[in-house]
Amino acid sequence: MNTEAILSFEEAMEKYDPVLGFEVHVELNTKTKMFSSAPNVFGDEPNTNVNEVDLGMPGVLPVVNKTAVESSIKIGLALNCKIAESCRFARKNYFYPDTPKNFQTSQYDEPIAYDGYLDVELSDGTVFRVEIERAHMEEDAGKLTHMGGATGRIHGADFSLVDYNRAGVPLVEIVTKPIEGAGSRAPELAKAYVAAVREIVKNLGVSDARMERGNVRCDANVSLRPHGRERFGIRSETKNVNSLRAVEHAVRYEIQRHAAVLDAGNPVVQETRHWHEDTRTTTSGRPKSDADDYRYFPEPDLVPVVASREWVEELRATLPEPPAARRKRLQADWGYSDLEFRDVVNAGVMDEIEETIAAGASASVARKWWMGEIVGRAKNADVDPGQLGVQPATIVELARMVEEGRINNKMATEVLDGVLAGEGTPADIVEKRGLAVVSDDGPLLEAIDAALAAQPGVADKIRGGKVQAVGAIVGGVMKATRGQADAGRVKELILEKLGVTA
Amino acid sequence: MAAINRDDVAHLARLAHIEMSDQELDRMAGELAVIVDSVKSVSQAAGDDVPATSHPIPLTNVFREDVVGHTFTADQALSGAPDSDENRFKVPAILDEA
Amino acid sequence: MTDSHELIRLSAAQLAEKLAAGEVTSVEATQAYLDRIAEVDGGERGVNAFLHVNAEEALAVAAEVDAIRAAGGSEAESLHVLAGVPIAVKDLIVTVGQPTTAGSKILEGWHSPYDATVVERLRAAKMPILGKTNLDEFAMGSSTEHSAYGPTRNPWDLDRIPGGSGGGSAAAVAAFEAPLALGTDTGGSIRQPGAVTGTVGVKPTYGSVSRYGAIAMASSLDQIGPVTRTVLDSALLHQVIGGHDPRDSTSLPDLLADLVAAAKTGNVEGMRIGIIKELHGEGYQAGVENRFHDSLELLKEAGAEIVEVSCPNFQYALGAYYLIMPSEASSNLAKFDGVRYGLRVLPEDGPMTIERVMGATRAAGFGDEVKRRIILGTYALSAGYYDAYYGSAQKVRTLVQRDFDAAFTVADVLISPTAPTTAFKLGEKLDDPLAMYLNDVATIPANLAGVPGLSLPGGLADEDGLPVGIQLLAPAREDARLYRVGAVLESLLEAKWGGPLLAQAPELAGSPALETQEAN
Repeated sequence: MNTEAILSFEEAMEKYDPVLGFEVHVELNTKTKMFSSAPNVFGDEPNTNVNEVDLGMPGVLPVVNKTAVESSIKIGLALNCKIAESCRFARKNYFYPDTPKNFQTSQYDEPIAYDGYLDVELSDGTVFRVEIERAHMEEDAGKLTHMGGATGRIHGADFSLVDYNRAGVPLVEIVTKPIEGAGSRAPELAKAYVAAVREIVKNLGVSDARMERGNVRCDANVSLRPHGRERFGIRSETKNVNSLRAVEHAVRYEIQRHAAVLDAGNPVVQETRHWHEDTRTTTSGRPKSDADDYRYFPEPDLVPVVASREWVEELRATLPEPPAARRKRLQADWGYSDLEFRDVVNAGVMDEIEETIAAGASASVARKWWMGEIVGRAKNADVDPGQLGVQPATIVELARMVEEGRINNKMATEVLDGVLAGEGTPADIVEKRGLAVVSDDGPLLEAIDAALAAQPGVADKIRGGKVQAVGAIVGGVMKATRGQADAGRVKELILEKLGVTA
Repeated sequence: MAAINRDDVAHLARLAHIEMSDQELDRMAGELAVIVDSVKSVSQAAGDDVPATSHPIPLTNVFREDVVGHTFTADQALSGAPDSDENRFKVPAILDEA
Repeated sequence: MTDSHELIRLSAAQLAEKLAAGEVTSVEATQAYLDRIAEVDGGERGVNAFLHVNAEEALAVAAEVDAIRAAGGSEAESLHVLAGVPIAVKDLIVTVGQPTTAGSKILEGWHSPYDATVVERLRAAKMPILGKTNLDEFAMGSSTEHSAYGPTRNPWDLDRIPGGSGGGSAAAVAAFEAPLALGTDTGGSIRQPGAVTGTVGVKPTYGSVSRYGAIAMASSLDQIGPVTRTVLDSALLHQVIGGHDPRDSTSLPDLLADLVAAAKTGNVEGMRIGIIKELHGEGYQAGVENRFHDSLELLKEAGAEIVEVSCPNFQYALGAYYLIMPSEASSNLAKFDGVRYGLRVLPEDGPMTIERVMGATRAAGFGDEVKRRIILGTYALSAGYYDAYYGSAQKVRTLVQRDFDAAFTVADVLISPTAPTTAFKLGEKLDDPLAMYLNDVATIPANLAGVPGLSLPGGLADEDGLPVGIQLLAPAREDARLYRVGAVLESLLEAKWGGPLLAQAPELAGSPALETQEAN
């Protein structure tokens, strides 16, 4: 694999203006497939969630899943789209072994939803409006596994195996209009846009929205033009960028790569690119060619979908609170400052905090645990915080133990690690490791005396009213007790002893 | 409308995934030219104001409730497969990507 | 006990009566047909109507019906009127337990894991399925010569074609190898074989018989329908297979009219019957034209009013059809690629990629006519040509529909010859696709507009002594009118001939030593 030249992002931004575009595919979580009554279930044994329709057997016919249509209309409404009074399905004809009929039943010139927008909030609170061109219904393809060869990739494979369980799973493809004006925030906007779409479909309950399972998949289009020029440059389309971080990285990489190509005086090739998470680069797929003549025509085996005003309004009435409104409400409920709340949102733990609070934790405890402990661990493990598998009940239990003085905060974090390592419940781990706060004040007082004696200057400061200096003495006591003491209690005793009120 | 030549047929055969010999391409080009010539009046028959009919009897909103129906076992699914492995359909290497 | 020569010549309605009366058993009838198939179907000069004979299962179903009848009681009483009456099924329709080839090498040996809706309905009515009948590959043809398993011969003259694509079903019925058969009609594949074999064939209103399990050629044109020897038999069979099916999105929600009653109470008095100016005269064989006029005279005598209507846009119908049909077919046939089922052919040399395997499989598995239509359809749908070809053809469809609408304001039923000529010789038009396509000129408008059509025998052409078909057309959803008029015309003609037209067909020389030919 050749490494292509890239410019630094800063230099690229100095010279060029990026234009983005996204095609986000959302798998719906209907019980059955788009056109067949076979179950829409992830992860089952290969070729068991199929019937004759999904396998494209001779003689079969499709019938549209009503719930999938309703989910699509809901997505359209949530994206502020117009809903087509009448729309049709079309056949997109191309041969590929994961496509059982060798055509995909999709919508072409008559999408069910069109002309919408989505307001996307960036990490500093800036709101960027992304215009939505269309959202249309289609079906997913089967899953190909490339066997043999060294890489498991398509090149070098000896043969491929096809599982059609996913074939026919309902998809909604959301297509943006060209996104101009993002400037150097383009990579960040890319991530925020996909995150916002994911949040919306999850909030609507129409998709499981798990990117790691491919429920939400993003194709990112990038082109550059010199500053001040209106005409768009030639774009590349990076396929299947399937995590939020990858979306950001892929857009950034493509901007840098295009900039280098243009700088060298070459034209950008209009082509499909493939994202590689390991090297954080893209490589060339195949150039657009005559094989892209998809010969669309209206699907003769299906009839038009007519969305009456009554039907659309009925669906609109069922829509949940939009995510932006929900965020406002949650921030007010929780009493977080703007900065605190933005950090929570940017760390991607808002839902987790909401669940933790619902499980019985206070808003400040929930934030302390998620932001103070779990986000950092997730970063180290290179996964999303929600994927670490921390249960809200665990945090509630840990918090209660600390509050009751059975363990201190330091022990609690140790217990959390134990839970994450699969050692059992917090109670189990406390017991197994023999963790308990020393509750008899006798030994503590001895340790406090020793600590005060060791740092007489600090003791004077505290007496003089500099209460925050107490930390140094607490630290000494904790060290002496090897962390077994309850720091809160230690602080209380020190202040008591020095005759100072906190 | 352009006449249909041998290169056109070769292109169409590629799109349709049918291998054709040179001889076949030549013959097919000749036959298609005749057929295409005979149907060309169609493009002049109707004015812009005439709507297209894709279904002879118009219906709308034919839906299925989202209720799970029958499925095949993997054995049934693969019963007619030319080749299979690990309960999946086996195909030779794919070089070109869609 | 009726002797088997007589037994196989009974109409389905007559056989059903005898079965109900206990005068004959279903096993006897089924066996008589199986014997007839063994006698006339195979061998060098055999009819070759069947690609597969399903003797064991057919006899088992027959025995089951006989047992139910013998036991009497409510189960016997609730038997369908056609229970125990055998039937043949065009091999484009999928069946569990028997191969389905569509007349193509690409599906040789394939067994469907599911039944077509119409087959489920035959099974529910307990009709023994005798086997699968021959056809032009994927129903693409008008002579059954495009079958990968050899042509079917016309029982009236074994050197002639039985029509197509459903030549197997028509010939089976005409040769007394089955009392009933199922066909499919995309541009005339039921009616034109009916015309040239002296049998009755009906293309129902689009959407009135489920297409689920009929291997699609052109989805917006295909319909399954009855192939029989009498109009009443068609009505009986139509009643079995018709009605809504939730598995076919284009299936009409309407309740099926009582077609059998319509066939039994036929009456044309005061009815306006329209001759379509564009569908007779020039281009039609003299003998065909003569028999057509005989039928008009009979209808007039019976009290019908004959009017003339003009359908000027029918001149574009054949062209529109030969754009829409191949376009849809090119997409419908894409699934045959050697991945999931059917034939797989490996390229002889060069790299072994799936693309090349698909190309080699389709090259070897499809015959010339299928390839021709796939390429033509690919062309008509391709970028830059869509509007001029497929788009324009869909507009012509609107014009053809308008012509029908106008015609049906002045006529209750329309009438024309079914096909411009009688059966031509095997091989005569094989190298001339356009000449072959012209066979469908009178039948295609009904498919484009979705209206129902019926073809019945109108007599023999003076010049060649071969059967001529008369086509009746009714407005969409008015299939009952076809049976009402068809039954009257049939009885008037049979009165004139002194019996069914098929009684005048030459006896087929049996070759009992030969076994039934099977493709699979």
